[in-house]
Amino acid sequence: MKPCGKAAVYLFTATAVMLLLMLLPAAAGAETPEEKGLAIARQADARDKGFRDSTVSLLMTLKNRHGQESIRRMRIKTLEVEGDGDKSLSIFDSPRDVRGTALLTYTHKFGDDDQWLYLPALKRVKRISSRNKSGSFMGSEFAYEDIASQEVEKYTYKWLRDEVYNGLECFVIERYPVDRKNSGYKRQVIWIDKKEYRTLKVDYYDRKDSLLKTLTLSGYRKYGNRFWRASGMNMMNHQNGKSTRLEFSDYRFGVGLRDSDFSRNGLKRAR
Amino acid sequence: MLALVFLFFVSRAEACELSGHATVEGRFFFNDALFPGQEGESASVALQPEFYHGRQNGSGFTFTPFARFDSADPERSHFDIRELNYLMLGDQWELTLGISRVFWGVTEFVHLVDIINQTDYVEDIDGEDKLGQPMIHLSIPRDRGVVDMFVLPYFRERTFPGEKGRLRTQPVVDTGRPVYESAAKQYHVDLALRYSLTAGNWDFGIYYFRGTGREPGLLLSTDSSGRPVLVPFYMQIGQTGLDVQAVVGDWLFKLESIYRTSKERDFFAGAAGFEYSMVNVASSGLDAGLIAEWAYDERGEEAPMPFDNDVMLGIRLALNDAAGTEALMGISRDLDSRDSVFSLESGRRLGEAWKITLDAFFVIDSSEEDAVYPLRADDNLRIRLSYYF
Repeated sequence: MKPCGKAAVYLFTATAVMLLLMLLPAAAGAETPEEKGLAIARQADARDKGFRDSTVSLLMTLKNRHGQESIRRMRIKTLEVEGDGDKSLSIFDSPRDVRGTALLTYTHKFGDDDQWLYLPALKRVKRISSRNKSGSFMGSEFAYEDIASQEVEKYTYKWLRDEVYNGLECFVIERYPVDRKNSGYKRQVIWIDKKEYRTLKVDYYDRKDSLLKTLTLSGYRKYGNRFWRASGMNMMNHQNGKSTRLEFSDYRFGVGLRDSDFSRNGLKRAR
Repeated sequence: MLALVFLFFVSRAEACELSGHATVEGRFFFNDALFPGQEGESASVALQPEFYHGRQNGSGFTFTPFARFDSADPERSHFDIRELNYLMLGDQWELTLGISRVFWGVTEFVHLVDIINQTDYVEDIDGEDKLGQPMIHLSIPRDRGVVDMFVLPYFRERTFPGEKGRLRTQPVVDTGRPVYESAAKQYHVDLALRYSLTAGNWDFGIYYFRGTGREPGLLLSTDSSGRPVLVPFYMQIGQTGLDVQAVVGDWLFKLESIYRTSKERDFFAGAAGFEYSMVNVASSGLDAGLIAEWAYDERGEEAPMPFDNDVMLGIRLALNDAAGTEALMGISRDLDSRDSVFSLESGRRLGEAWKITLDAFFVIDSSEEDAVYPLRADDNLRIRLSYYF
């Protein structure tokens, strides 16, 4: 009995130690702020998985520092791609001189996105270099990188703190572009509500680390019983005093868009 | 409830649209005309409405007529049907029946491989304005590329400025009496087959065209009153064309080449170059693109177009302001002879519906053997005001 009893004690002790070791990191709060930030970003991304495709109309209002406004209208079609970034097709309806112009983007989790522009006057499809993402989208305060599909892999993360914003319990996380050379930002600070993982506000810091822009998102609605989409986004540029407001309407999900709608052929016949 | 759903469906299923633009244009020449009969400044108006009736599945009918009235040159006053076609969208194919426009190519200054549509040369000498081409076009997109098949049952003659027009040859081209190699004349049925592929950061296309060449030879002849004129001569050709483009970071690399066979002469022509983009230069919001291209034509100075061994340098600017101010300027220089040309295209919006554009063309230097030599006194500025509806 004795040796057997000893073995049992050893076994018990070993199991206990192993269990303790397994539990220890969580119990001791060993999740680093970086890990926590990434986990939040992943959770937000996971909650948006499975939307398949969507279409939406967008009214963009540009406002200069004197309050003068000019508007652009477009429609955006998006296709979810398994294992890579989304594909999107933006078709411009106004200003009228660019009516029919369309932009096709293949977002990639790693490396540069692919982008083509369709010019209806020449019936020409032009490939455009998309490495540098800091350029203005349609003369607005949104850069290409702000409106592009927000892939988790394009940033590294850090959880900063928890905070109440607009009456909602929020995570405040910071993210840093992986492609530092071609982004206009050093970092972004993001407010994400704890319950639904919706982005409520983003502060953009330029490469010199001074506050450049603030994006506020509003009018969130739930579609398909699952997917939250903001109906309003306002981008305020603190450095030049200009702002751009986006108003989304007629969101539709699962409309049966196909890969061929996001091809060069699809780009040419986009309307 | 059902009725509501039905109404929603119907309003979604069909869409009827009218859009287009009307343009007034003034052209100002800096020098006196070289050739008898040529006029100076000209004013003109152009109208291009577009009617579209489409179905929810993407099939649709398009009608785009075009008309210009020019104060100086009756040949420049012209009417054309740019588009009159029905696009049918199948599950695995797209079929276009009727008059349409197809663009192939990647380079900015020369458009070598673009062959389906005839150039509307009186509109602009840059070769980007095209006449509507009757066609049956079947496109079959697959994962491994797109196959495009064309049957082109009717040939469009190139437009040329008349006696009173600037930017022309001397003697003038008499478009009233074209000469065809084919006995079927403009009813020769032309065929084209193209395969194109996008793979990662590469775009690639190759085609074979068989039929009436779009680029006419010009034969010296006399008109009914015995004056010398040039008569366009359209040959039967076979043309293989290749276009390749790669994006590598901020660089776009481009290549176009053709090999054309005919009874008269077989030759090769090519164009290659790059565009380097700079975004948000010095945090000003300005985007800039630097373009360098080289064009070669085996026919040398005999080529009817000016780019036989030429280098083109250009810069594209986009201010990214609310008015969408843009400019593309370039300078081209022949490496064998002296000819050198400066060109500018620029424009900006005025409000939501108006746009003003300013284009310029200057022959800096030219020698007698160059294709631009007849244009040496035609330095001009062109101002256009367009209303979009």
